[in-house]
Amino acid sequence: MVMRIDCKGLYYRKQNKIIRNAAEEGETEFILDNANGQRYIGSGISKKIKITVNGVPGNDLAMFMNGPTIIVNANAQDGVANTMNAGELIVHGSAGDVIGYGMRGGKLYVQGNVGYRAGIHAKEYKKQVPIIIAGGVAGDFCGEYMAGGILVLLGLNRSEGEPIAGNYLGTGMHGGVIYIRGEVDEYTLGKEVSVLPLDSKDMKVLTKHLKEYCGHFGLDLDEIMAEPFIKLQPVSSRPYGSLYAY
Amino acid sequence: MAATSELPPEFIVKIDYDRCRRCKRCVMNCSFGCMHFTDRVVPEHKLCVACQRCVTYCPEHAITVTKNELAYKENANWSPELRKNILKQAETGGILLVGMGNPRDYPILWDHLLIDACQVTNPSIDPLREPMELRTFLGRKPDRLEFVERDDGEIDLATEIEPQVRLDVPVIFGAMSYGAVSLNVHRSLVMAAARSGTLMNTGEGGLHRELYPYAGNVIVQVASGRFGVHSEYLNTSAMVEIKIGQGAKPGIGGHLPGEKVDEDISKTRMIPVGSDAISPAPHHDIYSIEDLSQLIYAIKEATDYEKPVSVKISAVHNVAAIASGIVRAGADVVTIDGFRGGTGAAPMVIRDNVGIPIELALAAVDQRLRDEGIRNNASIICAGGIRSSGDMAKAIALGADAVVIGTAALVAMGCRICQKCYTGNCAWGIATQRPELVRRLDPQVGSARLSNLLTAWSLELKEILGSLGVNSIESLRGSRERLRGVGLDSQTLELLGVKPAGVGQ
Repeated sequence: MVMRIDCKGLYYRKQNKIIRNAAEEGETEFILDNANGQRYIGSGISKKIKITVNGVPGNDLAMFMNGPTIIVNANAQDGVANTMNAGELIVHGSAGDVIGYGMRGGKLYVQGNVGYRAGIHAKEYKKQVPIIIAGGVAGDFCGEYMAGGILVLLGLNRSEGEPIAGNYLGTGMHGGVIYIRGEVDEYTLGKEVSVLPLDSKDMKVLTKHLKEYCGHFGLDLDEIMAEPFIKLQPVSSRPYGSLYAY
Repeated sequence: MAATSELPPEFIVKIDYDRCRRCKRCVMNCSFGCMHFTDRVVPEHKLCVACQRCVTYCPEHAITVTKNELAYKENANWSPELRKNILKQAETGGILLVGMGNPRDYPILWDHLLIDACQVTNPSIDPLREPMELRTFLGRKPDRLEFVERDDGEIDLATEIEPQVRLDVPVIFGAMSYGAVSLNVHRSLVMAAARSGTLMNTGEGGLHRELYPYAGNVIVQVASGRFGVHSEYLNTSAMVEIKIGQGAKPGIGGHLPGEKVDEDISKTRMIPVGSDAISPAPHHDIYSIEDLSQLIYAIKEATDYEKPVSVKISAVHNVAAIASGIVRAGADVVTIDGFRGGTGAAPMVIRDNVGIPIELALAAVDQRLRDEGIRNNASIICAGGIRSSGDMAKAIALGADAVVIGTAALVAMGCRICQKCYTGNCAWGIATQRPELVRRLDPQVGSARLSNLLTAWSLELKEILGSLGVNSIESLRGSRERLRGVGLDSQTLELLGVKPAGVGQ
């Protein structure tokens, strides 16, 4: 059974309560029509449910989420996948600022662009490795403080001369990896990262995730892989080791 | 300090070799590597931090630690500390790191406030033999209560009451993260909180799985690093706290060095073993009061509106307006942390120079919320500088619903305030992850000592209430008329809302 909810004029608190209660009673699939800025969709839910959002969901989509799959058939706003633990998010559009903040696991696939501070402080723990892929470009401070996880920027559909990422890319990064399809100017990088070529292991990981990504958005994997990628990794896992006088 | 440093030793370890039986207990106990044994015990003075471990455990009382008085030539302008700091920075080029709260000689206003008592006209109460109520409920209180009459004539409450947390004693253990302190400290705190009917605060390092059964006595913290934060963690609590600031380091983030992240801490913080745990200075999803509201309600959504949400801030210049914003953003509790609050590690320049005293911050916040008619919307918790039950009573009279103790709790567990928490070498097994040191604090003993402290403070608070002629903590709360100031200027008195001693009603 699929539960359809008309979100027109529906307050987020009521809407999310309906979803939580139904999920508790065993409902596994939800379709939210006419979504228009309702916050916290899928927030804190640990059940393996699927939510399709028709319309623009509000901030903190999938915050603290722990398992569900959410498909957004529009743009998403700020704070997508905030402190998310597990699950999958597929955004058929662009996403706002601070996406994947402190994200610890699960997948966040954005078809278009992402705003400032994407993947900020994403971290991984054992088998939980967050994966963020954005098809377009990212704003400033992308991957700031990143402590783990995989962040991929494809830079598709860019206008002439438009950079793939903004300034301070990977600043404070001390774990994880960023893959970028194309080049970035050295001066845009945070001082804690360096540019490296991809090895065969990187290619394997990248191909695996991009294959899945392409499947969601009907893209051609070979075409995407035809362009060279670069890899950004922290220079040190202890960037601040000698900052203090003991 | 490295033994090779040119800095003079801060302390001199004197050993009375006539008394010394060469048992080497001091060598085993010193966690800073100061004591060596050749044919007799030889101290390396430079490594001594005056933690008093060897002094306490020497069976012959043959050890004394004294200040190295002649280390620096006397100078009223250039204190030894200033010179030591410059030498250290000249050697390392680093930010001076310190532990514990601000030790400087700023005025302590608690010591300038005195409590009233009843004489003749209004009888005092004997607290040992008459009812005395210390119970406190933290959480949002309704603007008004509405009732409905049932068919059978009974009266029911119609107003929906927001979630409340009950404290049997108005003292909460302060936020100290697992990582900064050992698991045995968390065990001691949580067991004592359960026994005494109060709460401990996880700090920002998550809650060890072993402590999940104590959920009803735990405040789980959500800080900028979001370490160990997930929906189960949020729901394993009596209350959730958003940490914006800490009194000892307002506006500063945190940094747990990778060497302290062992297997167990890694599991609790959910980060790899050996990786640095960096807490950014701000929450990057909070740049405004509206954003704060968004996080408060994100937590409420994830906990099904069953837990009060607290927001903890440092006491800074504009604290009253900020607190008002926090309450309007939907917080059920505001925790204010004064500039004398402790820390596991902070830059000295921040700890010693930033923030304001909790007494003034508390008075300002309580007054502002009253003036705006929203005081009932949130409880106020006062942290950072509570040293005794006297301080606690004065804080409650200034408007606090409950107080927090951090340093006092550590002292109860054995801390000697040597201020070396950031080294990870705590000889008392508190601020360390070295297994051989962690073992030194037995949680059974630690929790018993903490419970004793709370029992003692409860008894003393009851004595104070009795002498004031009131039988409930509610009657003291915000009752500034029961306080008088001594040695305070008129502006400070005005800010505190307290009359000078000698003035009657």
